[in-house]
Amino acid sequence: MELTWESLAFLIFSVLSLGGGLAVVTLRNLFHSALMLMLSLFGTAGLFVLLVAPFLAAVQVLVYIGAIAILILFAIMLTRTIMGVQTTYNSQWIGSAIAALLVFGLLLLTFTPLGDDVFDEQLSANLEEDPVDDVDYVTVEEIGIAFSTRAGFVLPFEIVSLLLTAALIGAIVVAREDEA
Amino acid sequence: MTEILIDLGFGEDLADVLAKYLGAGLLAGIFLLLPLFTIWIERKGAARFQMRVGPNRVGPYGLIQNFADVIKLLGKELIFPRNVDRLTFMLAPILMVTSVVGIVAVLPLAPTVIGTDLSIGVLYFISVSSLATIAVVMAGWGSNNKYALLGAFRTVAQLISYEIPLIFSLLIPVLLVGTMSMQGIVEFQGTYWLILYAPTAAVIFLLSNIAEIGRAPFDLIEAESELVAGFMIEYSGMAFAMFYLAEFLHAFLVAVIFAVLFLGGWQGPFAEDLPILGIVYLAAKTFFIYLVMMWVRMTLPRFRIDHLMDFNWKFLVPLSVAHLLVTGFVWRLFPDTDLSGGLFSRLVDEFPRMAVMGLSSVALGIVALSLLRQYAANQRQRILSLTTVDEEYALAITPQTTAQSSVVVVTSGD
Repeated sequence: MELTWESLAFLIFSVLSLGGGLAVVTLRNLFHSALMLMLSLFGTAGLFVLLVAPFLAAVQVLVYIGAIAILILFAIMLTRTIMGVQTTYNSQWIGSAIAALLVFGLLLLTFTPLGDDVFDEQLSANLEEDPVDDVDYVTVEEIGIAFSTRAGFVLPFEIVSLLLTAALIGAIVVAREDEA
Repeated sequence: MTEILIDLGFGEDLADVLAKYLGAGLLAGIFLLLPLFTIWIERKGAARFQMRVGPNRVGPYGLIQNFADVIKLLGKELIFPRNVDRLTFMLAPILMVTSVVGIVAVLPLAPTVIGTDLSIGVLYFISVSSLATIAVVMAGWGSNNKYALLGAFRTVAQLISYEIPLIFSLLIPVLLVGTMSMQGIVEFQGTYWLILYAPTAAVIFLLSNIAEIGRAPFDLIEAESELVAGFMIEYSGMAFAMFYLAEFLHAFLVAVIFAVLFLGGWQGPFAEDLPILGIVYLAAKTFFIYLVMMWVRMTLPRFRIDHLMDFNWKFLVPLSVAHLLVTGFVWRLFPDTDLSGGLFSRLVDEFPRMAVMGLSSVALGIVALSLLRQYAANQRQRILSLTTVDEEYALAITPQTTAQSSVVVVTSGD
C-alpha cells in the first residue's frame, strides 16, 4: 500500500480518535478524560471529512464537541469531589479489556479479509474499495430533500422531531422547581 | 504557487500540499497581524467616545503604541501559579486562537479570493467558533482559581445560550439564498443586500455575536469589576496576549461575516472585474460594522447575569424562531425571479419580493419591541404599587432609583 496524503491524514485522524478514546478510559482525572473525549470526537470528524461527508463532520464538531462534550465538562466541574480520584474502586478492567478485544476481533473478521485465510471460510462482508473519485458527494441540498420528501425519510424525521420536543418539555418539567 | 514549487524541484503531490499550507499560513498570518491595527482603532475610538485623546505618544497618532506593547508582552514572564493543571493551562490560549483563526478559511474576500469555498461554509463558521467555549472552560478550570472558574461557568451558560439565536438568525440568509456556501450567499446579493430582506435577523445576528465574543455589554465572562478578569485572571505575558488577540480578531471576523452575510460582501461597482476592489468594498463594510460594535461597547453598561439570560431566552430566541417561520412563509408566497438579466431589470423584478420580506421583518421587530415595552411598563407599575408611603417619599427625593435600579447595576470599567 502506497502512502498518499489521504492515507497520511487517515493515519493522523485515526490516531487522534483511537488514542483519545484510550486516554478517556485510562486517565484518572475525569476532566482530562472529558477533554480527551473531545479529541477523540474531533478525530472522528476528520474521518468524516475523508469520507467526503463534510456536513456530518461540521455537525459532529458543532453538536458533539461544541455542545454535548461541553455539558459533560460542565457537569464534571460542578461535582468537584469526583475529580482526582486516584484509586480504582473495582477490578473490572480485565473483563472489559477482554470484551473490547473480542469486539475488535469480530469487527476485524467482518470488515477485513484477514480472517478468511486463517479460518478457511468466508467470514468477511466482502467489502470492495471504492475509488475516491467514484464516491458520491452528498450535498446539503440532497440531505434536506431526503428529510422532506415522502420517498425519503420524512416520517422518521417527524417522529424524531416529536420525540425531541417531548424530551425537551420533559426536561423542563423535571428541572422546574415546584411552584405549589 | 504550485508551479513555482514544482520548478523548485518538489514533487507534484508535495508541491500541491505545500502550496496549500503556505496559502493558509499567509492568509492566517495577515489576519493575525490585523489586531495590531484594530486594537489601535479600538483604543482611539474608545478614547473619543469617552472624551479622551487615547494613545498619542509613540509614533504619529500613537500608531506604533501597539508594537511597543507587543514587545513588552513578549518580554514578560509567563507565570505558572502553583497547582495549575499545566497542560490544560497552556493549551487553552492556543485552542482559543485556533478556533478564531479557523474562521478565516471560509471568508470570501473577493470574487476570486477565498480560502476554500466550502459547500457548508456557514455551518463551518458556527462549529469552529463553538470550539472557543472549550478553550474558556479549559482556562477557567486549569487555572485552579475560583474567579477563573466562575468566569468559565458564566461562559458556558452565556455562549451556549446565545448560540441559539445566532444559528436561527444565520439560517435566514441560508433559507433565502438556498445555499450554505459563503461565496454563494455573496453572489446572491448582487441585486439587493440581504439586510433589506431581513433587517431584524441582521440585528439579532449582530447582538448574539457580540454576546458570543463576550464584549460589553455582554462581557460577564471577564467582568473586570466583579471577577477581576474572569477566566484569564492567572494568565500573564504572551498567554494573556493570545486571549486578547483572539478576542479582537474574533470581533473583527464577526464584522467581516456580518458584511458577507447581510451587506453583500465584496459586491460593489466593478468588483467582479477587479477583485482588489472587492476587498476594498468588503473592508469598508467591515469597518463600518466594527464601528457599530465599538459604539455599542463604549456606550452600554454591562448586563446583570439574570437580565442577560432573560434577554436571550425570553426575547432573542422566540423572536428569531418567529422570524424564521415568517420568513419561510412569506418567501414561499413569491415565485423565484429570474436573476440572469441586467442589473436594472433585476432590481425592478426583485423589488416587490424584497420590499414585502423587509417590511414583514421590520413589522416583526416592532411587534416584539412593543410587547417588551408593554411588559416593562407593567413591571414598573407593579413595583411602584408595592412601595409604601415612606418609600414614595424617599422616591420623591431621589426620583430615578426604582425605575432604573431594575435595569442597570454595574457600569463597565473599560
